[in-house]
Amino acid sequence: MTEKELQHLADLSALSLSEAEMAALGGDLERILGYVRQLDELDTTDVEPTFQVYEMENIWRPDEIVAFEADREELLALAPESKDNQIKVPKVL
Amino acid sequence: MSSVIKVASEKVSAVELVAAALEKAKKFAEYNVFTSLNEKAALAKAAEIDKKIARGEKAGRLAGVPYALKDNFSSREGKTTASAKMLENYRAPITATAVKKLEDEGAIMIGRTNLDAFAHGGSTENSYFGATANAHDKTRVAGGSSGGSATAVALDIVPFALGTDTGGSIRQPASFNGVYGMKPTFGAVSRYGVVAMASSTDTIGVLAQTAEDTQMLMGLLAGKDEKDTTTLDDFLAAAKSEKLKIGVISDFMGEGVDDEVAKLTKDYIEKLKKAGHQVSEVKMPILKYALAVYYVVVPAEVASNLSRYDGIRYGFRAKDAKTLGEIYSKSRDEGLMPENKRRILIGNFVLSSGFFDAYYLKAQKVRTLIIKAYNEMFAKYDVLVCPVAPTPAFKIGENTSDALKMYLGDIMTVPPSLAGLPALSVPAGKTASGLPIGVQLIGARRSDAILMGLAAEIEGLK
Repeated sequence: MTEKELQHLADLSALSLSEAEMAALGGDLERILGYVRQLDELDTTDVEPTFQVYEMENIWRPDEIVAFEADREELLALAPESKDNQIKVPKVL
Repeated sequence: MSSVIKVASEKVSAVELVAAALEKAKKFAEYNVFTSLNEKAALAKAAEIDKKIARGEKAGRLAGVPYALKDNFSSREGKTTASAKMLENYRAPITATAVKKLEDEGAIMIGRTNLDAFAHGGSTENSYFGATANAHDKTRVAGGSSGGSATAVALDIVPFALGTDTGGSIRQPASFNGVYGMKPTFGAVSRYGVVAMASSTDTIGVLAQTAEDTQMLMGLLAGKDEKDTTTLDDFLAAAKSEKLKIGVISDFMGEGVDDEVAKLTKDYIEKLKKAGHQVSEVKMPILKYALAVYYVVVPAEVASNLSRYDGIRYGFRAKDAKTLGEIYSKSRDEGLMPENKRRILIGNFVLSSGFFDAYYLKAQKVRTLIIKAYNEMFAKYDVLVCPVAPTPAFKIGENTSDALKMYLGDIMTVPPSLAGLPALSVPAGKTASGLPIGVQLIGARRSDAILMGLAAEIEGLK
């Protein structure tokens, strides 16, 4: 994996990694993905993938407001910054 | 007699029980079992329970029984840190269904136990709060990720603790500490309020001192919850005692397995035979690929589940972050542990365009082959047996520099997770140097009660 590819992956992951971290994690990724490639030994032609073992399909609940155990103030207090009942973020555009 | 029932029926007050547990927790502080103690609230609750009992009111089947809670379960009491800087000061606004069920029965949470941050790991060394020591040797790891819960039960601070198991996080620390550890059928216990790791394999279970306690507690925890739509109707009714067909997975008894682990596993198998069960060796060569499947599928789900930690709505925000992008990336870089980042990067790699088919889709196809192999086995056998881990507890620091080596320790616990099967870690004696090891009983989906019943039967023979 090139440094450029790893940087792209870190960007996709919203991680600002230091140079030391990049070097260490890059090596780990190479080794782990190398291990994973043993799956190529198996023929999976015509095998369906299994994404979940839930034995069920989507379950929808009625579109109704349900009581929540915490109130608005408590939830807003969890945010690092809030103002006028809203969570504050830096300018986006 | 079951230790939980014994505690509940002892003629001592709830306050005395809880105070004694808290005192022990402090006495064993050097093991770094807890991320926080719940002293004030626990003692107040105990006093309430004593009053209820004095008034002749029902106080629940676990009235006054102290327990420890893995710190990735939400509770309104104290902080829910997931042993990560990201959530170091997070006060959950909800109560996990599993916690609520225990509290409805009068159980009292005395503290939150340490884990690998976000449950990523097999040693509890990936905790922001430092490693937890093994109950039998302080220089060794507790196992993980439910390391604090396992050590708390093994040191007899509490008779049981809650844990989570995504790829072995209950079973392996239970094995390393010589306690029971039950990972139920996927969907048996509601995961509402538990910090999500890998949604297709995350399960909730208990670590306990006896098979009987394990059965009773799983019975209390199981059942449908409208807040977790993956939950199944309760199917944990006690199994009839009968002679079972048991297959020993020979692929996990030879090369790569510590000699003493193999010997103690064989000793346990002899007990199964003596109890009249029909035991034979089986081969499951496909299982050697399970670890590779796991370390594609789980990081992919981890990458998705951990994308919620953005430094905006709750959790840690980096001090020097100015732009929105910096809030995300710097908060995540500072708030997550190296193992969290490793898994996020692998996950986003295997999901990224160009690699999705070769890695993610390939792994999910092999997962189908693993499930098929299990189905074929369970058409002929009731229970499969193998060790929980290839080795007893290793030294603190021994494997931290080699991520892949650490992953290889999960080789026997991840296969049942990928198929959603129940698996129980049963204490099976100690090595010459005094380290416990566990044997793993694995069953078909919804056969949890058979596994726990079998463990109770063998426990009774001792």
